[in-house]
Parts: sequence; structure tokens; C-alpha cells
Amino acid sequence: MVTVLVPGPLRGEVGGAARLTVRAHGTLRDVLDELADGWPRLSRRLRDERGDLRRYVNVYVDGEDCRQAGGLAAPVRPGAEVRVLPSVAGG
Amino acid sequence: MTTLLAIGTGKGLFLATSTDGRRSWQISGPHFPMTGVYAVAVDSRRAVPRLLAGTSSSHFGPSLATSDDLGSSWQEPEHAPVAFPADAAASLGRVWQLTPGGPAEPDVVWAGTEPSALFRSADGGRTFELVRALWDHPHRTQWGAGFGGQAVHSVLPHPRDPARLVVAMSTGGVYRSDDAGASWAPGNTGIHARYLPDEWPEFGQCVHKIARDAGDPERLYAQNHHGVYRSDDGGRTWASIAAGLPSDFGFPMVAHPTRPGMIWSFPLVADWQRFPADHRCRVYRSADAGGTWEPLSAGLPDGPFYPAVLRDAMCADDADPAGVYFGTRSGEVYASRDEGDSWSLVAAHLPDVLCVRAAEV
Repeated sequence: MVTVLVPGPLRGEVGGAARLTVRAHGTLRDVLDELADGWPRLSRRLRDERGDLRRYVNVYVDGEDCRQAGGLAAPVRPGAEVRVLPSVAGG
Repeated sequence: MTTLLAIGTGKGLFLATSTDGRRSWQISGPHFPMTGVYAVAVDSRRAVPRLLAGTSSSHFGPSLATSDDLGSSWQEPEHAPVAFPADAAASLGRVWQLTPGGPAEPDVVWAGTEPSALFRSADGGRTFELVRALWDHPHRTQWGAGFGGQAVHSVLPHPRDPARLVVAMSTGGVYRSDDAGASWAPGNTGIHARYLPDEWPEFGQCVHKIARDAGDPERLYAQNHHGVYRSDDGGRTWASIAAGLPSDFGFPMVAHPTRPGMIWSFPLVADWQRFPADHRCRVYRSADAGGTWEPLSAGLPDGPFYPAVLRDAMCADDADPAGVYFGTRSGEVYASRDEGDSWSLVAAHLPDVLCVRAAEV
């Protein structure tokens, strides 16, 4: 199982949950694809319709920025913690 | 009668309501805080008016929400309501325009988007499908992007013939369909593109906004990136109506909902001087389809004035006499309840105003 930590601004999309659990592991794409099946409203805040991670959404896998670890191909081990954080952007 | 004025800003949607003949306004919001609301519509064709808002979060992307209780609550579908199909190999930047269809199609809503595309909803704006023929148009690879992006920003359904539709995009210009969107032809003859090597191209113009005349559906008006035009043949050819304006640059172009020949604009100095003409807050009105223009300023600030009015930040309501509204990039919203003869401040100190739409509800 993999734990996904949901940031405050997006918890309204998942009934207020701060953390979600998914069975998928392997790559971040696998995890986010399962997330899309169960929580499509959350998913479309994180990725566009091509599946790409939105520019100002950061995802950390066990504390490492996924963009430094292969992006959606970043490896995710069973038991990993995937933390979603909005980047410091906006005016 | 209640009048609703929806004000889309860079940081959310504000709703102003008036129950005293548009003399005073109560404002709620921001709805969708910290999202840019580039498009809003009040679909008053329905038994219960429906509000539609195109939202755009810098972090979490675009979406579209609807409300059937005048903004007390909002609904969004589970899946993205406006999204490109996989084979289009594109992703939605934002919705730039929401336009209820003609009277013969009460459940149709059109969405113009960035990148330049047209989407059609057959369920009142809850879900949309890409209009393939415009997306697949051979010109598309040559459509460009202005400073604000590349988008379809104007959608004009025909009031009597659902098969006929006119859209405008920046850049690209005007495109017309006579077969319900199955095919599209450019309609830019006569629109000067002084920013291109070929100054009279078939397409590629940076048309900022188009509007349809209340009395003659063949008569259209256009504010171009320099140039103000009228078409009397449904958008095939255009002739200048800029004489009498202090400048031919600007963004909005609004047509009266019922009075033929009446239009409003908000001229800016020039593309290199995007300030109100003469640095004064003035709306210009024509009552003869652009033949002559008159400045309107009663009740508007009389000192130096520098904020611009964006292409969708001016509108008219459907009351009699018609109300006219505009919002500025400095977050002020002004209203006229007498077709522009006099104005009053509806709201100030809002985020920059991106769009306004008003209707009796």
C-alpha cells in the first residue's frame, strides 16, 4: 500500500481526507492512475487531460521531489509516502 | 425584478444583485477564491437561470462550475467538464468564453477555449465535446498567440438558424460555419492586420471581440487589434467604422440586446499605449451601427484614468432600457441603467476584472 498525503486546499475534493491509501506502486504514474480511478476530482487538479503533472503541483516520493527522480516514472516502493504540495507560485 | 451582475476577476467571482431597478447593488464573493474567472454566463433561457463560471487555478488548472440557485451553491462534475480528447494531443489552458446557444437549442452552451478551440455542450453546460472540424482546420497550425494566450474568445450563435455560428480568436480572426460546426471558413476580408507582413491576409488577424447586431443577424461588429469594423454579410467582409472614435484600438465590443444599430466600446490609445484614450474614463456609443460615435462619461471619474477594460469586461443586460456595465483592471465596476447616458460605481477595490455578464433573473 502507498499513502498519499493531500494538501489542505484539495481535501474538499476527497471528502476532507488528509491521506488516502492506494494499492498501486511501481511508479508514480501507477499511483496517480489509481488515484484518478477512485478520486477523479482530485486527479484533475493534479494532472491535465494528457496525464501530465500540472506545472505548479509538486509531488514528493518519500521526501524526494519527483521531478528530480524521473517525473511520473519516479519509482514508488510498497509502503511509500507520496506527498502532494502546491508550489510557491501565484500573485 | 432582480438584476444579476456576475463579475469575474483574477482572484474569483463576485456576484452583484440589484432589486431596486439597478440603483443599488449587494455583492457576494469571492466565489472560487484565488482562481481566475475568465468566462461567466447567465443562462436565463432556463426556467431556473443557470450561472456558468470558467475557473482557472494557477496551481490546480481549469474547470467549469454551474449554479442553479444564483450562486448559493455550485456544481462541478467528477470528470473535467471541458477537456481535449486524447487524440487531440492538447490540454485545456482555460475557458475564455461561455455562450448560451440560440433560442432553438435551449440546452446548448458553447465554450471557447485556450488553446483555440470550440466546445459544445448539449446538457446546459455540465459537459462539453470538442467541435472537431474547427480543431482539425488546416489553418490551425498557423493561428498564433497574443500576449494573453491563444484562444477562441467570441462565439455568436445565430438567433434564428442553429446551423449558423460565428467565432473569433486571437490570433486567427473570424471563422464562420453554416452547417452547425461541420465546416468552417475564415471571414476576415477587409480587416487590416498591420502587424503582419501581408497586411490583408485571409486569416491571422488579431480580432479582439465581435458582437452581433440586435436587429439584423447578418450585421456584426468587430474590435480588432487596431481597427473597428462592421460586417453586413454575416462576417464575410468588413468595413471600417472607426471614424469618430478617438482611437481604433481596444478590446470590448458590445451590442445592444434589442436596439438595432447600438453598440459600445472602450477605446485605448494604441497597442503600444494601452491606456484609455486621452487618459480619460469614457465609453463610446454608436446608435447608428458605427456611423457616428459619442463619448459617455456622466458619472465616470473625470480625472486622469489609466486602467484598461479587457475584452469581456464590458456587457449589456437584457432589461428595458438596457443596462451597460464595465470593469477595469484596477478592480472597479461601473453600471449604467440608461444605455450609457449616466454611470455609477457598483464595486471598487476588487481584483482585476476579467469579465462581466448581467441579466434579469
